[in-house]
Amino acid sequence: MNSKKFFLLLIICLLVIGLQGTSHPNSVDAFTNQVIQRGAVGNDVIELQARLQYIGYYRGKIDGVFGWGTYWALRNFQNDYGLDIDGLAGLKTRQKLVSVSRFDGKWVHTQIAKGNDFTYYGGTDLNKQVKPKRNTGGRANTTPSKQQPKTPTPNTGNNTANTPQTTPAVNVPQGYSQNDINLMANAVHGESRGEPYEGQVAVAAVILNRVESALFPNTVSGVIFEPRAFTAVADGQIWLTPNEQSKQAVLDAINGWDPTGGAIYYFNPETATSSWIWGRPQIKQIGKHIFCK
Amino acid sequence: MLRWISIVVLVIGVAGTAAWGYKEHQEKNAILLQAENTYQRAFHELSYNMDLMHDKIGTAIAMNSRERLSPQLAEIWRLTSDALSNVGQLPLTLLPFNKTEEFLSNIGDFTYRTAVRDLKKDPLTDKELDTLNNLYTQAGEIKDELRQVQYAAMENNLRWMDVQLALATDDEQADNTIIDGFKTVEKKVEGFSEGTVDPTTPGSSSENHQYENVKGKKISQKDAIKYSRQLFNVNGTKDLNVTKTGDGATIPLYSISYSDGNKRAYLDLTQQGGNPITLIVNRPVGEKKISLNEGFVQAEKYIKKHGFENMELLNSSQYDNIGNYTFVYNQNGVRVFSDAIEVKVALDNGEILGLTANNYYMNHHKRDIPKPSIDKEEAKDFVNPNVEIQEEFLAVITNDLGDEVLTYEFLGILGNDTYRIFINAMDGTEEKVEKLNGKEINYAGI
Repeated sequence: MNSKKFFLLLIICLLVIGLQGTSHPNSVDAFTNQVIQRGAVGNDVIELQARLQYIGYYRGKIDGVFGWGTYWALRNFQNDYGLDIDGLAGLKTRQKLVSVSRFDGKWVHTQIAKGNDFTYYGGTDLNKQVKPKRNTGGRANTTPSKQQPKTPTPNTGNNTANTPQTTPAVNVPQGYSQNDINLMANAVHGESRGEPYEGQVAVAAVILNRVESALFPNTVSGVIFEPRAFTAVADGQIWLTPNEQSKQAVLDAINGWDPTGGAIYYFNPETATSSWIWGRPQIKQIGKHIFCK
Repeated sequence: MLRWISIVVLVIGVAGTAAWGYKEHQEKNAILLQAENTYQRAFHELSYNMDLMHDKIGTAIAMNSRERLSPQLAEIWRLTSDALSNVGQLPLTLLPFNKTEEFLSNIGDFTYRTAVRDLKKDPLTDKELDTLNNLYTQAGEIKDELRQVQYAAMENNLRWMDVQLALATDDEQADNTIIDGFKTVEKKVEGFSEGTVDPTTPGSSSENHQYENVKGKKISQKDAIKYSRQLFNVNGTKDLNVTKTGDGATIPLYSISYSDGNKRAYLDLTQQGGNPITLIVNRPVGEKKISLNEGFVQAEKYIKKHGFENMELLNSSQYDNIGNYTFVYNQNGVRVFSDAIEVKVALDNGEILGLTANNYYMNHHKRDIPKPSIDKEEAKDFVNPNVEIQEEFLAVITNDLGDEVLTYEFLGILGNDTYRIFINAMDGTEEKVEKLNGKEINYAGI
């Protein structure tokens, strides 16, 4: 009985995904009225990149993240067309861009959804600009229930800025990978779940302070896996799945937030056994942890 | 009959349990052994590193030509880094071993700074040679101690697993050769006179002017609460939690926090002058309704309101529905990278979710920025000719040696990548080159 229900659900899920896959591209072929600035993510950026590529300014991947490559392409475009060179896609720039280029939103978004390697240069047959995905074991089929919430929801209006959008690339802080962030989020979650948010940022900040410190290893992984450094690593709690909040806390710490004031140690006064740790100069207490130099 | 059956079943049961238990036991031992081996490797490598380092320092001193020293010094620098990484793999965290680690990293800093210098133009001074001699003696002592511990450990078949246990179960009675050995090493290093290595380690220049700019009257706890209520936008009935920092803090702060349902806010305020150092607001962020650009407008308004003048946007990034903005101080057209603040804006309603001005308050001070002695075009000649320069600025940065220098900042493209290149505006030295990435394939995928 249960398995029947499960299969039914699975089929529904698959159907829903199938429907979305075919219906959403219609809605994404017009800029919304936002000023697009470097660092932005989403469908508007995809359109911006595709249009810039169509007229030969942008040579990178159409990935939906307004990075440096897009920035230079846009500035060069603004320069050549006598617009203000500010690297911002404001109204004038967008109008000019729309008038001199074309954008087949349906086609581009289909390629992105399929994970294909593609370019969008004008004057060349589009079909010749597509290379199928390198690894063919498509992830989309194997984990349908997980994928579903991430797929853009169909939108009948022409404005898509409000819907959560998944893009082929994401922003990461300079010098870090999503994997570094996830590893740190694991450690932070294991060490400080149940602590207030600033306490989680604080634990992440201590990890980063240790990387900077001469007394500890020089990498995030080195610091986390240093024997006896973190109890969560020693007892395996680090392998619990971290929640979004711990990821957010790690991101904050990497971006410079440090509520500990430069601490490199912390301990829980209720459970700490080492007398040595009590002798460290204490900075402050956040939640259950005392942070010290 | 029944008795026999039960006896047979019992015997099989006991035998089965025994076999299973034996297997488990063996597996456990195998894993313990593997962990033990990792520790052993790190330990033996550490003593080897120290030994080799000692030799290399000796060779460096013996070399006649002070100009040809760079490869030797680079080698010593590499060895300190190896040694430090090996120390990091040993379960010593609760054992005070930091003086030794500091010593190692000091050797590293010293050799790095001398190795990257152009020794042909600027050979080692007599003082630096003295330093090297001192380091040689001290490294020798540490090496001897470590070799002794190593010998004892091998002779008596000591296991690092026991060290870990001894440290875990704690306390003074821990009578363990390895622990004692490391304690001796640490004592030795403590005895080394402080001045052996020049204390100018990289990054320390910013520490010289720590929080110079934090001025004003000391504010009371009451004032702090009053200010926070305004900042958090909460009325007088809600209870705020206030604490003061302890002795370890570089600058005395009030920490104020409150929670309200899903929302939680936290603020660090300097006791002197009541300047906000850190603000963290945590709440669920809804659908994105405003653009990254509109968020920037909010952020800029906010920092102006809080008295940060002449700040310029350096970077903006959107993470899900949150915008992150980095601002740097601009002094008459010169970007000062060390005086940075970060602002976080919720892109659902434009609320400020965070501010950190620690770098700003720590580094900001009145600077006399000199006039560049080479012009922009001359500086461009020092940049790799294959880099297509796109944007240029004047900037003050902290270089590898920890000094603040005036530079030309060039943003340029090489291949598909963007680089930020700093050329010293006085003598054309290429102070720093960094590749700018900041985005990555979305591994979570579509």
